[in-house]
Amino acid sequence: MSKVVITPPGRLSLPHWQELWGAREVFLRFGQRDVLLRYRQTAVGVTWVILQPLVAAGIFSIIFGRIAGLSTDGVPYFLFSYISMLGWNLFSGVLNRAAPSLVANQALVSKVFFPRILVPASTILSVILDFVVALVLGVVLLVAFRVNPGIAALALPFWVLCTLCLSLGLGLAASAIMVRYRDVAYVLPWLVQIGLYATPVAYSLEAVPEQYRIFFDLNPMSWLLTGIRWSLLGTAPPPVWQLAAAVIVSAGALFAGLLVFQRFERSFADVI
Amino acid sequence: MAIRAVGLSKSYRIAHRAAPVTRVTEAVAQRLRHPFRRKDYEDFTALSDVSFEIPWGEAVGIVGRNGAGKSTLLKLLTRITAPTAGRIELSGRMGSLLEVGTGFHPELTGRENIFLNGALLGMRRNEIRRRFDEIVDFSGVERFLDTPVKRYSSGMYVRLAFSVAAHLDTELLAIDEVLAVGDAEFQRKSLAKMRDVANDGRTVLYVSHQMQTVESLCTSAIFLQHGTLQLQGGVADVIERYRGSFEEYAARETQARKGLSDDVPRILEVVPTSQTFSVDDDKSVDIRIGPTDDFIGTYFVSAHLTDANGNVVGQCDSRLVGRYLDADREQRLRLSIRHLWMKPGRYSIDVFVCASGILDSWEGSATFDILPSLPYPELTSPEATGHGAVLLDFDYEVHA
Repeated sequence: MSKVVITPPGRLSLPHWQELWGAREVFLRFGQRDVLLRYRQTAVGVTWVILQPLVAAGIFSIIFGRIAGLSTDGVPYFLFSYISMLGWNLFSGVLNRAAPSLVANQALVSKVFFPRILVPASTILSVILDFVVALVLGVVLLVAFRVNPGIAALALPFWVLCTLCLSLGLGLAASAIMVRYRDVAYVLPWLVQIGLYATPVAYSLEAVPEQYRIFFDLNPMSWLLTGIRWSLLGTAPPPVWQLAAAVIVSAGALFAGLLVFQRFERSFADVI
Repeated sequence: MAIRAVGLSKSYRIAHRAAPVTRVTEAVAQRLRHPFRRKDYEDFTALSDVSFEIPWGEAVGIVGRNGAGKSTLLKLLTRITAPTAGRIELSGRMGSLLEVGTGFHPELTGRENIFLNGALLGMRRNEIRRRFDEIVDFSGVERFLDTPVKRYSSGMYVRLAFSVAAHLDTELLAIDEVLAVGDAEFQRKSLAKMRDVANDGRTVLYVSHQMQTVESLCTSAIFLQHGTLQLQGGVADVIERYRGSFEEYAARETQARKGLSDDVPRILEVVPTSQTFSVDDDKSVDIRIGPTDDFIGTYFVSAHLTDANGNVVGQCDSRLVGRYLDADREQRLRLSIRHLWMKPGRYSIDVFVCASGILDSWEGSATFDILPSLPYPELTSPEATGHGAVLLDFDYEVHA
């Protein structure tokens, strides 16, 4: 029989991995709940998943492709922005859903024990599902536009994984901080919105004037989106230093997110 | 040992400012204004240095007055909140029934909720699957399994939620007064279920105000007062001690009232006309209320009759009988309670003096006892009067 010892928590600690594994059912059920709730009592249901990036790509095509005439590395503009939005939605989806999750589930957090980290972490399931559905349509678009990325497509899971780690790390930290400071709820969507325009989502890095280039080179999402476009559209690959930096930054973000979460977790039930 | 707790303490930090800081901007501004000041916190100790051991197969009642730390203790044992100091060793999985229906989502169907809630309570997937039919049977909502629970009646909702929790097969189980839910039939089923759990050699912790349930369910008990463990032992001893704590409280209260100012009408004395009454006697209590010059007009009085377990048996508000009293002179009142068959036991009286708000209150101002002899024509076993808050003057007529 398992013996559980409860002691006052330390200042810095990592999650109890064995306990997390034991509670994997909670993780899956939370994910299932999110998916079911999102599309229950909606008229078009799961169609929303592909409607959102389609509409966004359409609007971007008109504004950035036609009116502003921004560079897209020679890829049809609609396809370019659809694929970019896929990657961006993966990032913003995790961040936007993970951040408010603890506050939204406060009744649970203050009444039953389970590893709390599962609440924000489980939001990645519904985001991944959205991503996969939208990716299927993306592949259809690739075929329709006769774009073949070739062998680079095999690197896609790597970029996806890095994006998930980066966004989950930020999401974990945001969700834990939001328990104490609700301002996160107001600031975060605004930052994500700015990020959408400050990151080469609707335009390629080529369109950025040289003197501002440094800011874009420092943005991890700009590396990851370049990578995703390389893997799906066959555009120029990101430089090797970005590849290495992407691994380090996403792993670092996830690790830091875990630490922040654990740091705040001690007092959740008392503050929430 | 199933549970061992050593030197367990929990304190909460209460900020001294009127409003707690919940915005980053505020926190930063405060820090900038007073960069070196330590935060103005006061530690509130909910539980201090509690140690105990509970062997396997015990059903332990945790009793104490409100704020004694019962719920905090349960929250520590179920890991909802972390201790400030001390150590707990649990020799098995701890399941909790702190509140039925936590984790139920109104939009999800009964079936989906069973799985979600089961997982949250710590059940594994095949455990839930194996017991799914039992859970549904126990709850009696099988026809509505695929209906969102938001369309359930509150009774159905609670029954389903409790069924999930009741089928939790953890070695340790913590319950916080959830047995009071549902209809009589369901309550009986639930109590039986809890007894089974303890008979299985598993360990149950039960927090309650209802001494009857503690008596019938528990094999031992713990008495908490002001966050410290006062007594661990047999159920009867602990309950006696718990009831005694009400009298200590009343004695302290009398002492404390002597120093109160007279800017409002003060309750000076509450004295039952007799220390003991028979079940079917009319009961009367004399109340003396002092005069005041600072309060102009009339006030009214309300007296609550509370039994030894803290349940309010009845309320006597002087407005109901048209009595309003002038504040400028001393008032001597006699409260008479007629035609009520009170159960044998000890009762206390809470008196309130009110006008537009409460001017003065005295909880546990006096106590009296109801003698154990019953006014019924026949004697029978105690369970014939075990249920109910009062005794009733009733009869059965048999028609030929």
